[in-house]
Amino acid sequence: MTAEFTVEVFQNEYLSEGADEVNAIVTITSDGAPVPAAAGSTAAEVIIVDCSGSMRYPPTKLSAAKHATAAAIDTLRDGVAFAVVSGTDRASMVYPHHHGLVVADERTRAEAKQAVSRLSADGGTAMGQWLTVADQLFADHEGGLKHAILLTDGQNQHEAPTQLARILGSVTDRFTCDCRGVGTDWQVAELRKIAEALLGTVDIVADPQGLTEDFRAMTAAAMDKAVADVKLRVWTPEGATVKFVKQAAPVLFDVTDRRTESGPRTGEYPTGAWGSESRDYHVCVQVRPANVGEKMLAGRVSLVAGGEVLGQGKILAVWTEDSSLSTRISSEVAHYTGQAELAEVIRDGLEARKSGDVETATAKLGRAMVLATESGNEDTAKLLAKVVDVVDPAHGTVRLKARVADADEMALDTRSTVTKRVGRA
Amino acid sequence: MSTCPDCSTPISEGDRFCEECGRNLLVRRTPVGGPDGSIAAACVCGSVSIDAEGFCERCGRAQPSGRERMEFVLPPVAGISDVGRRRQRNEDSMAFGVVADHGVVAVVCDGVASSERAEQASQAAADAAAEVLLDAAVDGRDAERATVDAVAEASVVVAQLAGGEPQEVAPSCTFVSAVITDETATIGWVGDSRAYWLAGNGSRTPSRRLTKDDTWAAQLVDDGVITEAEAKTDHRAHVLSRWLGADAGLVVPHVVTVHPEESGLFLLCSDGLWNYLQEVEDLAAVMPADVPPVAVAGALTKVALESGGHDNITVVVVPFPPRERGAGER
Repeated sequence: MTAEFTVEVFQNEYLSEGADEVNAIVTITSDGAPVPAAAGSTAAEVIIVDCSGSMRYPPTKLSAAKHATAAAIDTLRDGVAFAVVSGTDRASMVYPHHHGLVVADERTRAEAKQAVSRLSADGGTAMGQWLTVADQLFADHEGGLKHAILLTDGQNQHEAPTQLARILGSVTDRFTCDCRGVGTDWQVAELRKIAEALLGTVDIVADPQGLTEDFRAMTAAAMDKAVADVKLRVWTPEGATVKFVKQAAPVLFDVTDRRTESGPRTGEYPTGAWGSESRDYHVCVQVRPANVGEKMLAGRVSLVAGGEVLGQGKILAVWTEDSSLSTRISSEVAHYTGQAELAEVIRDGLEARKSGDVETATAKLGRAMVLATESGNEDTAKLLAKVVDVVDPAHGTVRLKARVADADEMALDTRSTVTKRVGRA
Repeated sequence: MSTCPDCSTPISEGDRFCEECGRNLLVRRTPVGGPDGSIAAACVCGSVSIDAEGFCERCGRAQPSGRERMEFVLPPVAGISDVGRRRQRNEDSMAFGVVADHGVVAVVCDGVASSERAEQASQAAADAAAEVLLDAAVDGRDAERATVDAVAEASVVVAQLAGGEPQEVAPSCTFVSAVITDETATIGWVGDSRAYWLAGNGSRTPSRRLTKDDTWAAQLVDDGVITEAEAKTDHRAHVLSRWLGADAGLVVPHVVTVHPEESGLFLLCSDGLWNYLQEVEDLAAVMPADVPPVAVAGALTKVALESGGHDNITVVVVPFPPRERGAGER
């Protein structure tokens, strides 16, 4: 019953005398078979389509959004509860017409697509309102997976950032949401904030034609999630503190601040819903050093859903005088430390570039190129190559390109957190 | 002049106890509580909550445990208990002792994996039973009767380990014992830990298994429901029909006494060994010849480990007759 999730811990447990920081990569793999808690409960899906005025230009944008939404509707399995919402400075029901979800079947899917085809664009953008309505729609849905897709092409202009932050705070952990930005007039940081709060992905779809396949894939992935609301529970010994817990693969995502206390020296971090997939987490614990020769359980990591423990792993610490043991760095920890730095230097480099600080931008993006190349993160290296000209990849000597397409810069920004999975022998 | 092995106080020949420390000078035995003396101690931080894997639930410190690989040699008897390759803990235990001029007593217990604190159950049972058997051997009492008493005592101490857990997961274990003198060997068992007689070269008493598993599969074979061959692969092969524990009540062991005519070895083991070496022929095929008992135990344990080590492995080897091999003897 608990065999669906496997938890593996990769670390160098050996510490030198007095050392107090324990790092581990925790790999969690799910075979996607539903656990009893999730069986019998059905999924719910809300698709939010930006219908602000800007969606009219170019006209392909709205028509692509309609096609993509139709494809997503077609991907919904029979029995899934769903709704389509149009987003402007408020959120209105597209389908069904009443405020609620309907069960997907041949008839409702056809009706929904009809309604979507009649969508027109006019008005502002207030994403917090959209999410509030999604939350209300999900509220009546008992158990099961709750997933939303949010498509936008612009910035959250008709709502104060504090307003959006407040709404995110109230809907977080209630459903998951994948966000897509179409075109180049939206803000990466804004959409990332929403995606992270709602444990979803964020990506750019620069060419509206690409939307259909993306929507289909997103919906299919959501349909495949077998276990909703999974938490990473971390126990640490007395005197220890969790320095951070980050999802390290497939996408970097710091969940340190998302901890909720769940028992003595125990906290839980949200991981969202799981299908058949594998993720890596980087856990860093600061402990009270013990004597040389002593061994300590520095952390116990459990995956829990619905009060049931699905898998467990141990983070250990052993203090030794043997420096050949303690100076060894776990290749997994090293790899993801590098990937985290990669994301950071890309972000810093792009910010410096925007503010006209060529020197910093060149240094940071050069460093990023080294990290991407060394770690085999070819996707990121390719994205970087659209922003900088590489003079010497090994030494990170680059020149900023004079002309960079907005879409390329935004793609680099958006995907900077996509990590290369650590290679294992 | 000889001295007490514990406190080095000089002792006279014929002394049964050391005048200084009270040690029984006739009896040598494995340490009570296992290799580290105690398996349920409090952590140095003061907490008494130790989790199933031996970590303090408060400060995280690993509790000392030599249980992963226990190796005792008390000539002529030797035993090895190994955690194996798959299990987190070694829930098998062994206890044995030698009574000067009276022979050898040995016990192997296998903690039931589905029960709580199984390693405490097996250790407590083995220690308690060995104590009863050693006392009886010192006093020259009947070995079969002593075996029944030993199991009764082991039942009580294991039942006392039960705490707040549901009865079906109360600490429990299997049991196999041997009391071996120059003439006879008395074997007692409950559950699926086994004893074998392995004849030396040219012995007229053929090698054979001395115990019959208390498992549902074995019972079905007896009742003619399934064949011996089917039983080996049956999923009930390891489902015990009898064990020691709070949910088992007072248990009476099966007891047999054998009178080998020639020299050989007695082998007590847990299923972690016999899973891979079922029959005496299988054992004979991998046993090194003309090596001390500890080397025999080591070789058999190695085979089980190399075959996968899916369970804890415990092997106790007692030569028959139970004497140390002196110089010049082969």
